[in-house]
Amino acid sequence: MTEVAIDEQTNLSKWSMVGKDPYAMPLEDIDLSHPGIWQANQHLPFLKRLRDEAPVHFCRNSAVGPYWSVMKYQDIMEVDTSPAIYSSEPTVAIVDSFEEFALPSFISMDPPKHDEQRKIVQSVVAPANLKKLEGLIRQRVANILDSLPVGEEFDWVTNVSIELTTQMLATLFDFPFEDRYKLTHWSDVATAIPGHGVVDTREQRWEAIQECLVYFTNLWNARVNKAPGIDLISMLAHGESTRNMPPQEFLGNIILLIVGGNDTTRNSISGGVVALNENPVEYDKLRNDRTLITNMVSEIIRWQTPLAYMRRTAKVDTVLHDQRIKAGDKVVMWYASGNRDEEVIERADSFWIDRPNARQHLSFGFGLHRCMGNRLAEMQLRILWEEIMQRFQMVEIVGEPQRIYSSFIKGYSDLPVVLHPLS
Amino acid sequence: MVNILFIEHDGTEHSVTVEPGGSVMLAAVTNGVPGIDADCGGSCSCATCHVYVNQEWLKRMDPVNPIEEAMLSMSSDRKENSRLSCQITVTDELDGLVVTTPEFQF
Repeated sequence: MTEVAIDEQTNLSKWSMVGKDPYAMPLEDIDLSHPGIWQANQHLPFLKRLRDEAPVHFCRNSAVGPYWSVMKYQDIMEVDTSPAIYSSEPTVAIVDSFEEFALPSFISMDPPKHDEQRKIVQSVVAPANLKKLEGLIRQRVANILDSLPVGEEFDWVTNVSIELTTQMLATLFDFPFEDRYKLTHWSDVATAIPGHGVVDTREQRWEAIQECLVYFTNLWNARVNKAPGIDLISMLAHGESTRNMPPQEFLGNIILLIVGGNDTTRNSISGGVVALNENPVEYDKLRNDRTLITNMVSEIIRWQTPLAYMRRTAKVDTVLHDQRIKAGDKVVMWYASGNRDEEVIERADSFWIDRPNARQHLSFGFGLHRCMGNRLAEMQLRILWEEIMQRFQMVEIVGEPQRIYSSFIKGYSDLPVVLHPLS
Repeated sequence: MVNILFIEHDGTEHSVTVEPGGSVMLAAVTNGVPGIDADCGGSCSCATCHVYVNQEWLKRMDPVNPIEEAMLSMSSDRKENSRLSCQITVTDELDGLVVTTPEFQF
């Protein structure tokens, strides 16, 4: 990856597909890696054309270089479950050189190292541990909801989605609660494209990441000298295969856990409000039967697909859906497309809270890299909606949702709402 | 026909009768046995159809395959007799099989 590509990445307008008709351009010109169509919420017709006409599609020219797009549910399953062919190294982002993804972490490692490191931290988000946290999470959700203004406009993203996920992350890290907004900032910085809101330059981003490293190194040093605790930092500091981790690798894993636990659930929290507002019949179903919440949570996660893709790199020459992929090629699994694949998912574009088999979606990925925090995410969303339904007749969207400038993080930066109390 | 007894972590029993040929996961899911999620639909790639199998019965099954081993190793509730039920094929030799489901699928 080169300086040129990064500069092109910061000057992306020439690559934009916004406002274009996906059916009025040659197939090979379609470039899903550009953030524009995702922010403008115009991506779905592009995904559909590729699913129908080029399910394994090669994009030769883009700001991030050439790459393959895998569009269909079953093909994505095949790539995701074949780590010997499709490697997660050196990175799972389309862009090779985004510094934060160059930091080593187990999401961008293959077995056996991946397995060793993941095992250390996954028990903190295993269901048995989460059961102990349920009361605390419910209390924190209740506090957030009870502090919201009723009948006047506010931003749901800032006041609920970010607040709740940040508090949860602080809980899992046993992070100083008063400093918890730093976590949000570091997460936003880690996935930001310089010049598009969060940071202006790569230097600014690097400074923020260094600040994150220093902060967590101090926490590590404090915990390593104490008895092992059940928070993530203590687990890393005391875990046999992680306690001698080099600083870059420690930071890589910390940022992975921050981004993994922050951006994703945050955007499913916002996405649920968007989906219910766009589908009033489903909102009525929910009001009439709150036992649908568990199923609805899976449907929200599918419908939103908070991470649009994961990238792999072919280790060997291979064939996928009749296309010859060469060793070294970038292969991008578009979960956002697989989750709309009508061959596997009935009425895939519909948001349907009592959908049969709602759990069978791609948002968590499959195989060894399947989302470690999936049960935590589901639990947070379930508790949130249980508590919302006890308080409010409707979370009404009163302005245009603003979406994030990213083809990776699929989410919202602003969501103006008004709360209507139960009558 | 093959009889399979599923026992939940709290002791609740569910007896099902199925044709040979399918998987133990399918036997549970198609008969409404709770405690098995099977998020990936049976392709050995999510570990949410985790069950515990009595040692005597383990001997009558194909052993754990490498992919199943990799997925099982990601489970925090892994035991020596853990299996993914989507990888156990129902055969006549398994008539009377008893499996226990864990409290949580992860």
